Amino acid sequence: MTAPNQPIATGEALVPGAPPPATLWADFLRGIAEENPVLVQMLGLCPAMAVSNSLANGVAMGVATTFVLIGSSFLISALRKHIPNEVRLASYILIIATFVTVADLLLAAGFPDISKALGPFVPLIVVNCIILGRAEAFAGKVGPSRAVMDGIGMGAGFTLALSVISTVRELLGSGTLLGYPVLGPRFEPWVIMVMPPGGFLTLGIMFLVMGWHGTRKARLAKEAAT
Amino acid sequence: MSNLAWIFLSTLLVNNFTLAMFLGLCSFFGVTSKIDTAWRLGAANTFVLLITAVSAWFLNTYVLAKTPFLRTIAFIVVIASTVQIVEMIIKKYSPTLFRQLGIYLPLITTNCAILGLALFQTTRGYTLVEGLVFALGAGLGLTLALTLMASIRERLDVADVPAMARRMGLVLVIASCLSMAFMGFAGMGSG
Repeated sequence: MTAPNQPIATGEALVPGAPPPATLWADFLRGIAEENPVLVQMLGLCPAMAVSNSLANGVAMGVATTFVLIGSSFLISALRKHIPNEVRLASYILIIATFVTVADLLLAAGFPDISKALGPFVPLIVVNCIILGRAEAFAGKVGPSRAVMDGIGMGAGFTLALSVISTVRELLGSGTLLGYPVLGPRFEPWVIMVMPPGGFLTLGIMFLVMGWHGTRKARLAKEAAT
Repeated sequence: MSNLAWIFLSTLLVNNFTLAMFLGLCSFFGVTSKIDTAWRLGAANTFVLLITAVSAWFLNTYVLAKTPFLRTIAFIVVIASTVQIVEMIIKKYSPTLFRQLGIYLPLITTNCAILGLALFQTTRGYTLVEGLVFALGAGLGLTLALTLMASIRERLDVADVPAMARRMGLVLVIASCLSMAFMGFAGMGSG
């Protein structure tokens, strides 16, 4: 409908609390870096840690979540004028649950191994706070094209965060990557990394590094100013 | 009987929902800055878990036997309505608690522990009584994890922490240590 770099809010009725107008490209990028769901907003931590013990699982989870995000964002945004405000959360959850069921059945039919490895965490995408959060904060208030771009961006950001966490965990915890041994036979795997504490530890260290980077940047800026 | 006791202990300690299965992390990191709020949220969660266990068993046995693909949708609708009821009860009888829990009360709906319980109960084929014991263990385990975390974080408030660890980093590392401690219970099953 509009070129990617044109602001698109001119014809749309303003909804109270609606996100400020932005380009589609900005809607996409926001989810990857500045508002990354896992690393900045701390949403969707449960799947981010539960299935990140191998890269294949992490990526499969990311892709399935992205699919649900895009589908539900589109449908919620398209129906936003027909959903009464009082029952919006229940309607959102129903729409999300429908897409999750589709994703669950597709995964079970196409990739039975991965579906078995992820287990109940595929139906648990319904309660991933990222999806309901985006529906409430974004998709329910803007047009479908922006909602879909936001969904793609958030999904990509989630997949990216999951890939990083699961790469670290699989590499250190079993010495492999996507199932292929990469660290050689002399490497002693840190089994703890593929177990639950490793998930908390990996993400914790990522936050510590980000915190260190942030304070360092602030200090350097302060020193430059004086 | 020993089977029931084992289900209870296993969910409470060995497979603790929060620290070993990563369910319900949002509230685990979100509401654990005060012990008081933490254990009350744990109690509210336990209540919802128990009701969910009964409803999930009922749905599985009488409604969903021929339509398993509708399971996710049916469960989430039941959970959402249960949480709504709990919210109304708490608002009526304890407005203070209602204010303290704030956004996390409606968010029990999207607490993965609740839906997770219903799903695990289904895949493991628990009976009604087993399901109730499972829910009780899960709820108390959740409360235990929340309270432990909150007590540590209350101490942390007065500690001198390096600037880079002020946000979530340190909390996650602590969670990792707690989780490691709970792994110590893992040997209990074989003994």
